[in-house]
Amino acid sequence: MLSAHLPALQVIVPLVSAPVCLLLRNPRHAWAFALAVSWVTLAVAINLAVQVHASGTTSYALGAWAVPWGIEYRVDMASVLMILIITTIGAIVMPYSWRSIGHEIDKKHLQLFYTCYLLCLTGLLGIVVTGDAFNLFVFLEISSLSSYVLISLGSGRRALTAALQYLVMGTIGATFILIGIGLLYMMTGTLNMADLSQRLPVNADSRTIRVAFAFVTVGVSIKLALFPLHLWLPNAYTYAPSVVSAFIAATATKTGIYILLRFFFTVFGISFSFEAMHVGEILMLLASVAILVTSLVAVFQDNVKRMLAYSSIGHIGYMILGIGMATTAGVTAGMVHLFNHAIIKGSLFLAMGCIFLRLGSVELSDMHGIARQMPWTMAAFVTGGLSLIGIPLTAGFISKWYLVNAVLSIGYWPLAVLILVSSLLGLIYIWRVVETAYFQMPGYKIRKLSEAPAALLVPTWLLIGTNLYFGVNAGLVTDIAGQGAAVLIGQGVP
Amino acid sequence: MHDMMHGVLGLYNYWIVIILMMTGFYTVIARPNLVKKIIGLFIFQTSVFILFISMAKIEGGTAPIISEGARIYSNPLPHVLILTAIVVSLATTALALALVIRIREAYGTIDEDDIHVQDEAA
Repeated sequence: MLSAHLPALQVIVPLVSAPVCLLLRNPRHAWAFALAVSWVTLAVAINLAVQVHASGTTSYALGAWAVPWGIEYRVDMASVLMILIITTIGAIVMPYSWRSIGHEIDKKHLQLFYTCYLLCLTGLLGIVVTGDAFNLFVFLEISSLSSYVLISLGSGRRALTAALQYLVMGTIGATFILIGIGLLYMMTGTLNMADLSQRLPVNADSRTIRVAFAFVTVGVSIKLALFPLHLWLPNAYTYAPSVVSAFIAATATKTGIYILLRFFFTVFGISFSFEAMHVGEILMLLASVAILVTSLVAVFQDNVKRMLAYSSIGHIGYMILGIGMATTAGVTAGMVHLFNHAIIKGSLFLAMGCIFLRLGSVELSDMHGIARQMPWTMAAFVTGGLSLIGIPLTAGFISKWYLVNAVLSIGYWPLAVLILVSSLLGLIYIWRVVETAYFQMPGYKIRKLSEAPAALLVPTWLLIGTNLYFGVNAGLVTDIAGQGAAVLIGQGVP
Repeated sequence: MHDMMHGVLGLYNYWIVIILMMTGFYTVIARPNLVKKIIGLFIFQTSVFILFISMAKIEGGTAPIISEGARIYSNPLPHVLILTAIVVSLATTALALALVIRIREAYGTIDEDDIHVQDEAA
């Protein structure tokens, strides 16, 4: 009985919980509540994944209004991958959050923090579950508005300007998406994505549709921080609270990539997007520049969180490169990296959160010899770093392997060289941290530090463990990603 | 010539949308004052609302309420969509203004260039 409503529950549970959380006066209760909700959404996600895996794409008419007049929730394998990413990261970050965020913001305001977190979770899950273009815009704004608030909570005044900068760019991006959706509605009279994909080919050769395509593409590219529209990202990740950096870095831009996939493959269709509009070439060019330039910029950063932020833009480049190829192998590689990068970057930001809790800074110049005092934290960072570079036996290797294979299968070998070069650059920026933390003499301030509490280390290592597990047994992720890609490209079961 | 004039003027709603949109967009980009930036952002969003609302108009159509003698109605769906979008835009503006208040408390200015100078100096 309940299993029929799983797609709706996935969104409604965190949505209804958010105002309840606001009413909880005791900060510890608010945390426990948010934690419980995160685990419930993970449980719902796993059940939903099993259900979709067994019986194919699930369609759910919200409020029993018949599709396409009512809002449809539509869960296919591509959505399943995203739901699993978002809920897994949420479930792991929440136990961590109590000690970390409790240290960074006033305990009196913690229930507000958890309310915003639950709204952000609602928005992100809504985006990946919905099958309605306008509904997607609304969820996008729910997740964006709450993430602006979460980022602005960072210690230090630069968090405020970072949040405002993100707000301005994010709102322009979202408004562009709204224009695109409006133009599509004007031409087709429908907002349902499956319906749109049926009706668009009839009108595809009109300027309005081409303009709509351009607006949606640019709008989503701002949201997912595609180079050169990434300017909001480094500040937002650097100055946000540790937990928020980890959560947003692992989920928000990934959801942006999902929106791009949805519009390119499902709504506009592969032949319009990649043959008529040639978006593949543009994406691959921008992605290549992003991979190279941001990896170079990352090498020169002294703030480790900022370094990780630039590395994120490069890794978004990898995903976009895979998608730009528009082959099953390419899209699969992009989606595999979507998952792997979420767990890698999540764990790296969590490790930095441990350091920030004890040291109060993540500047390289303050971290001399810190590995002697915080061996477990730094070991987690190094393991995550190796995965980021793509060393075998880690999840990062699987991503790079799929990506290089996909690139070679269409004969673009210079891109394979590019991926290797940027991996070497990755080695350099991770090594700079290792060198500072392990091979420098600790100063007076460092010697007084103790290891991070278990409440932080356990979630961090859980994510590192996931990372190593999927480095050895990649089957589960590659299966889901492969099926997702097949559904998107239109070769799988509908 | 007449046809061309009719074509250009007949699409006047789109011209209003474009002018508003570019005014707002330019204000966001060019103004260093954060409050003016937010006003620009709001105008930019409003232009899109007008785009949606004007597409709902059907020639000869009346308000979408069933009544005697009316046979053609405007499309109510874009109106409903824009009600939602107005709420979103209101929330965005409120949040942005709240952030500006906090920025003024922290920096003592709402001028983007001054803030940049202070950040560089720190």
